[in-house]
Amino acid sequence: MVATGERDGVVPSFAATRIGTMVPLEPSQLRLPGVYFALRNQKWMCKVENLSQGEGLFVKIREYFLDAKWFCALCYLFYVALGGPAVRAQGQDRAPEYYPADIQYGAQIFSTQCTTCHGTSGDLIPGVNFRAGVFKRVVSDNDLRATITNGVPGTGMLPFAFGASELTGIVSYLRNMSTLDGKGIMVGNVARGQALFTGAGNCSGCHAVNGKGPRVAPDLGDVGNLRTADLLHRTLIDPAGSMLPVNRSVHAVTKDGKSINGRRLNEDTYTVQLIDEQEHLVSLTKSDLREFTVLKTTTMPSYKDKFSAQEQADVEAYLLSLKGVK
Amino acid sequence: MNRLWRTCFPLFLTFLIPFALRAQVTPERLLHATDEPQNWLTYSGSYASQRHSLLKQVNPSNVKNLELKWVFQAQSLQKFETTPLVVDGIMYITQSPNDVIAVDPKSGRAFWMYHYAPSPAARPCCGIVNRGLAMVGDSLFMATVDAHLVAIDAKDGHALWNVKLAEAAAGYAATMAPLVVKDKVIVGVAGGEYGVRGFISAFDVKSGKQVWKMDTIPDPDQPGHDSWRGGDWEHGGGAVWMTGSYDPELNLTYWGTGNPGPDWNPDQRPGDNLYADSVLALDADTGKMKWYFQFTPHDPYDYDSVQVPVLANANWNGSPRKLMLWGNRNGFFYVLDRTTGKFLNGKPFVKVNWASGLDANGRPIPTPQPAGMPTYPGIQGGTNWYAPSYSPNTGLFYLSTWEDYGTVFEGVKTEYKEGTRFTGGANPSPIPGAENPVGARSGPINTYTEAMAHGGVVAIDPATGEKKWHFEMHDVNTSGILTTATDLLFVGGREGYFQALDARTGTLLWKQNLGGEIIAGPISFQVDGKQYITIAAGNSLFAYALRE
Repeated sequence: MVATGERDGVVPSFAATRIGTMVPLEPSQLRLPGVYFALRNQKWMCKVENLSQGEGLFVKIREYFLDAKWFCALCYLFYVALGGPAVRAQGQDRAPEYYPADIQYGAQIFSTQCTTCHGTSGDLIPGVNFRAGVFKRVVSDNDLRATITNGVPGTGMLPFAFGASELTGIVSYLRNMSTLDGKGIMVGNVARGQALFTGAGNCSGCHAVNGKGPRVAPDLGDVGNLRTADLLHRTLIDPAGSMLPVNRSVHAVTKDGKSINGRRLNEDTYTVQLIDEQEHLVSLTKSDLREFTVLKTTTMPSYKDKFSAQEQADVEAYLLSLKGVK
Repeated sequence: MNRLWRTCFPLFLTFLIPFALRAQVTPERLLHATDEPQNWLTYSGSYASQRHSLLKQVNPSNVKNLELKWVFQAQSLQKFETTPLVVDGIMYITQSPNDVIAVDPKSGRAFWMYHYAPSPAARPCCGIVNRGLAMVGDSLFMATVDAHLVAIDAKDGHALWNVKLAEAAAGYAATMAPLVVKDKVIVGVAGGEYGVRGFISAFDVKSGKQVWKMDTIPDPDQPGHDSWRGGDWEHGGGAVWMTGSYDPELNLTYWGTGNPGPDWNPDQRPGDNLYADSVLALDADTGKMKWYFQFTPHDPYDYDSVQVPVLANANWNGSPRKLMLWGNRNGFFYVLDRTTGKFLNGKPFVKVNWASGLDANGRPIPTPQPAGMPTYPGIQGGTNWYAPSYSPNTGLFYLSTWEDYGTVFEGVKTEYKEGTRFTGGANPSPIPGAENPVGARSGPINTYTEAMAHGGVVAIDPATGEKKWHFEMHDVNTSGILTTATDLLFVGGREGYFQALDARTGTLLWKQNLGGEIIAGPISFQVDGKQYITIAAGNSLFAYALRE
């Protein structure tokens, strides 16, 4: 008799997987006329015939096959053997690219916050060598962030309250220590950067810092928390390309001919909210407007040629130092 | 002439509105907040804290035509206790834990949002809540649940300064809307359930530097200290968690104080426990105390006296007098002379059995209940912090109530340990032998039935202390109140109904189910010629105006 049914019972021996093998069963296991049996360790499933022979109960193995979860496990082993994890490490554990400005920022933080314990080469702690990429427990960039933020209990590795842009910098630096030419690092000076911000760069002609200054452009009082070093660098070089779309300039003309220019703060299908040139918060209903344009350009100049590389680094250092009101 | 002026005044205001728009909020404007009824410039609408709007577009005849104009949904499931400010066509609201949002009051759309991340050490006793803001110049001021005070640019939502008021890990918090007086922003601290030592302090609005600080529990060198035994004062409570009021003519600012610590075990703190459960009249420039009045000396029942002080000028025994009207959590309604602090009158407005009455000086005559028997009003009080209203039109004081509501108090000796609860006891069921219902109901099922309490709104005639009318609610009432010049009264409640009553009779004129508990006060303002009324309910702010 050959029958199929639900999985039930456990055959006691792996040897029973051979076709034709007679397998003894307890009477309680023979409650269905025909079943799939899971063999020992649940690795194999088998289809059986029920037999009664002599004094005991027996089934005869007709065919057998691998249990689904073990099949999956086997597939994974093949995947691992074929180098899957290496692909994953490149794809998920590390950022696809680390940017020079972030690396430079990270180098500065590292030199002041990390070298006391880890050394300038990052190899003072036994079992850890940043240049060689040797860590005790870190695999991914997120592991690095978590270890820096939470510390390692019971060791000298204390938790550090770094912001997102600082963490990006440190991780970028640690991932590039092995290839980095220390002489090439452009270290920005915060005080010089502030002088350029208010002086030659005239940044303060449009941007306030913690409420001090005009509101034509966004207040930069906490920009060091919001933007990475790389993003700040790109903004200096290509302002229009890297500005947040919500901050774009808008131009509107009401049906009665009133012209309104300002910086967009919010927008939906029917309304738009902005801060106008007189620094008033204004909410407009689009159906009341004759004209409404969101500009893709910005009045902020590029500092690519206006500032030297050192001056750019100085301004970036100043901006990165702006962490909001504590 | 007077009638002509009354008729012309709103027209005059309407003419002024375009000119008032977009000027900075000067201290002078705050002094005369009721002269610009299109705005809502302080937590309580004006320094007198009457929550009375002079706008007249919505009246008893057309209130049934109110329709929902917009809803702002808070990005938080915490209790939503905010009272918005409306200044020159922009609304400012707070949401839990400590976000500030600038909103277009016509559409409900946001201009900007300021996010403040409180310290994880914050441990406010009764919800991560915030009740609103203060404003002067272009600056908004918010107190935070980790006991900081933050100034924020009203134009773009950036922080201008941030000062620490006290140690959050020790149980200090701040949930109130601050009060700006002249060039100072005044704020108090919560934490009465953690044995904090309360204080009120003033900061320079520009720099954030502290100008004065008034401890509500006096140290050995301060007057009132002899109302404490030994070192009990060091964790004596007296928290200040609701916004005060201000009388510019007297230059006095008035603040209510909370329970002494520990809350429910008075044997641990013999004495009157000054200045807990009191109102303090402070010089607004120096913080020096001019007078105090203690409502509940040696309080065993957690009868915080943090209610908003309502200031009214009215005739008293035939002559004009500067009054302070106070519906206290202890179940008595008080009238004080706010120049001197003299007690003028006091009567219970709900069932009271903890005192048989008040003596000639307003001091209660205690009648402690036998062990295991309920005390009325119960722990949440005959009312609580819900903002009341006074209408100069009707001359009545309006109050949200918890009625026929008691608690069995049981004091337990408790050691003070910094940062942990220091309440000194338990509150078993008010029904002897019965299971204790949950104190604060949330969700759609009313477990807080008539067996526990009911509530409503009472209108009290300050001249007599008698109730003029009573609006009954099945559930208790946790809402603030707004009255208008057209004799409308707006009120919410735990049931989630937003209601308009006739302020003269208490007759229900309009209601809408907003589907969530109302634990905030309504306000009214006008933009582009349209009067709005808003109320926070559940987790959203609802804005109403008349149908076009």
